[in-house]
Amino acid sequence: MNAKDNFIKVKHLYNRAGFGISYSDLNKLSRKNLNKVVDDLLKEPKKDDAITLVDTTESKRQLLVQTALNAKKELDDEEKKMRQEIVRMRNEMSRNLNIAWINQMINTETPLREKMTLFWHGHFACRSNNPMYAQQLNNIQRQHGLGSFKTLLVEVSKSPAMLQYLNNQQNRKGKPNENFARELMELFTLGRGNYTEQDIKESARSFTGWMYDKDGTFIFRKNLHDEGTKTFFGKIGNFEGENIIDIILDKPETAEFISRKVYKFFVNDNPNEAHVKELANHFYNSKYNISELMKKLFTSDWFYNPENVGTKIKSPAEFLVGLSREFFVTYNKPLVLIQLQSSLGQYLFNPPNVAGWPGGQSWIDSSSLMLRMRIPSLVLNDGEIDFSGKADPEDEAVIALSRTATTNANTNTKPKSFVNAQADWPKFLNTLPKGLTPLQLTEFLLQPKLNDKITRMVSDNKGLRSTAVEITSMPEYQLC
Amino acid sequence: MNRRNFLRNTGFVAAGSLFVPAFMKPLEAMALDELSLYKNLVVVQLSGGNDGLNTVIPFGNDIYYQKRKNIAIKPEEVIKLNDMQGLNPNMKALQEIYDQGWMTIINDVGYPNPDRSHFRSMDIWQSGSDSNQFLSTGWIGRYLDSNCQTCKFPYTAIEVDDSLSLAMKGQTKKGIALKDPAALFRNTNDPFFKAVLQSDKEHLDEDNLGYLYKTMIETQSSASYIQNTSKIYQSKSTYPQSGFANQLKTVSKFISSGLKTRVYYVSLSGFDTHVNQINQQGNLLKQYSEGMAAFLKDLKTNNKLEDTLVITFSEFGRRVEQNASNGTDHGTANNMFIFGGRLKKQGIFNAAPNLSDLDTGDLKYQLDFRQVYGTILDKWLDVNNADILNKKFNTLDFI
Repeated sequence: MNAKDNFIKVKHLYNRAGFGISYSDLNKLSRKNLNKVVDDLLKEPKKDDAITLVDTTESKRQLLVQTALNAKKELDDEEKKMRQEIVRMRNEMSRNLNIAWINQMINTETPLREKMTLFWHGHFACRSNNPMYAQQLNNIQRQHGLGSFKTLLVEVSKSPAMLQYLNNQQNRKGKPNENFARELMELFTLGRGNYTEQDIKESARSFTGWMYDKDGTFIFRKNLHDEGTKTFFGKIGNFEGENIIDIILDKPETAEFISRKVYKFFVNDNPNEAHVKELANHFYNSKYNISELMKKLFTSDWFYNPENVGTKIKSPAEFLVGLSREFFVTYNKPLVLIQLQSSLGQYLFNPPNVAGWPGGQSWIDSSSLMLRMRIPSLVLNDGEIDFSGKADPEDEAVIALSRTATTNANTNTKPKSFVNAQADWPKFLNTLPKGLTPLQLTEFLLQPKLNDKITRMVSDNKGLRSTAVEITSMPEYQLC
Repeated sequence: MNRRNFLRNTGFVAAGSLFVPAFMKPLEAMALDELSLYKNLVVVQLSGGNDGLNTVIPFGNDIYYQKRKNIAIKPEEVIKLNDMQGLNPNMKALQEIYDQGWMTIINDVGYPNPDRSHFRSMDIWQSGSDSNQFLSTGWIGRYLDSNCQTCKFPYTAIEVDDSLSLAMKGQTKKGIALKDPAALFRNTNDPFFKAVLQSDKEHLDEDNLGYLYKTMIETQSSASYIQNTSKIYQSKSTYPQSGFANQLKTVSKFISSGLKTRVYYVSLSGFDTHVNQINQQGNLLKQYSEGMAAFLKDLKTNNKLEDTLVITFSEFGRRVEQNASNGTDHGTANNMFIFGGRLKKQGIFNAAPNLSDLDTGDLKYQLDFRQVYGTILDKWLDVNNADILNKKFNTLDFI
């Protein structure tokens, strides 16, 4: 394999398995064997990479205070203030958690781990107004994101964030709540059409008693668990949650469902069913080892076929992280990152529903595309952005509280905000080899094949810096 | 290219002739079948879950006063519409509208197995899904997808906002979000973007890159069309000073200048009144009512009220009983408002909420919100509602 060939392949690999790559790293890695590069991507991190922003002890204390306040019939002014303060701190912490993860994606040395976390974040989509729960779920998705799918699934199912979001806290013997049981099969494992309504009922009974206690620790409440006999996919027994998960994983449809979703996320919006089948068999035979699945995918020849290179629309997270990573961007007002996510349609930790973000062409409409194409000049050239975005529905209570008689009820009057970010241009330019031409830089920054028009547009460019801003502002840069 | 101009707003640049393939020729050049009667729909979203029971007050029902000791509106303050229901006093501006026969109130609109999460319930209302179904397209978006005679333009649906709501997103077609037509026009006519779009034929196939270019060309073309059609129009009506009224003023400008857009979408947020709701909700209802009254009168002056239907919804109502903080918590069924110059059934459409027959403290719904959508799709937007809503919903006779 020649070096030029490998250069292109590693670049593609890092665009999909990570968030892009610097020119200097790419040069280094393309001298290695491709299988070795894939192996290195799959390696465990040298040090623990869990996000520890939210202080667990403090959060648990707050949780207990809040529970006590909620139990009271009447609150005095002091207590009302206390409750408001807790809500305020939670909201602030939730925003900080979002930014901490974005920063981790921007700075990580193990990009595939973060990319997998992003994948599972959309697959096990969940909203929690408790930042401790949200952080915990995110860490589960990172820690097990390349491990055993069974462990991942069990841990996610036991997390207070998911138990709360899908109402398993209300799933009790004699009064089953089927929400979790339904989504477990429809969205997390088997996919629609591979189970019956009866299977959902029996599965819901089996998960009764899977709850979390008042400080947010998983607990199996035996007295609320339905001990009766259940019939699930033709098997009869006194099943408990984990038995159900085992039976679900025993079905090859689960491996196929996950493989197809992985394929759509990492390879192409339109799955090639033969390739999906290949992945699914491998995944199933490896006993649901996610690393094995990803290794198979990244080492398959078809992954590097032209129809799979430079043809996927970047998600807003991929777009923002990729741009920030490539140009070493510092955000002086990190909240702008939340504003951008929300305006572009992917506010992390706030998926539209349990089905996650639909992805693909649904990322793009006239306003989100225009904004995407303006962001590079705003972020890299520190511009002003006249884009206030919509309020998140969950923030309505805060909006209602903070509103006074004189303020306007609309986002129209929000002051203009400045992106207030800096790219580290010297550092970026340092990653480039000496004598690199604008055309070569363009070839490096864009994943789709260059055409005459782009070639012509950059040919009259003198500086690499202005070339970079222009190129990242093009429709082609939206693809990876 | 002149780099100094790159991605800066350069003021007005004459819209040059774009070279694009025939199948995507500029919309402004398309021959349009002028429709003598061009019907518009304006959707007004109240975000946060507006408390319907303190909006349209069941003052004739004692249970209302028993359950809401601190926040009930006193009977003498209510703007009475009949013996049972009346408007919140902050909605005074709408009294004249109501008396003119331009307003219909539909009580208890909801859906089976209601969800009390703002996000999820808004998702359900915007997508028109069942409560256990996840759709990634909106009801207006699917109307655009249906490619009917009158909805084929990229500017068929406009949201007066910075970003596009799910309601406006279809599988293949989407509405356009803009707050200020002049700003969008300037942005899309940036010399750099124009250069990007110049003489580009090779990308315009059906793949993702083609889709990006198609979206960009349509945006630029729509921005030019909207700006050029609406810029000369000057409204003579006065609107109150509020962001919401400004959104409506923009919609009126579009409608009155003859834009061939069919659906407009605006929203007003802040209705999640868990604490001390009286003043907060009062202020919002005042803003809403004054904005709406100005808008409807403006349309009337311009002879557009007959061709316009305005609907207002919120993702859910609140619980019947107030909470301990003089506010209300998330509930279920809620009222919807319909406005227009050609309403078939004016005033109060159906029975007032039954406060003695509740579902664990919540109102039971009388009508599915998709019956309201279905009625509008069938009778106003001229499509078959089953094609858009995935199953047939019985229509109502308010239009």
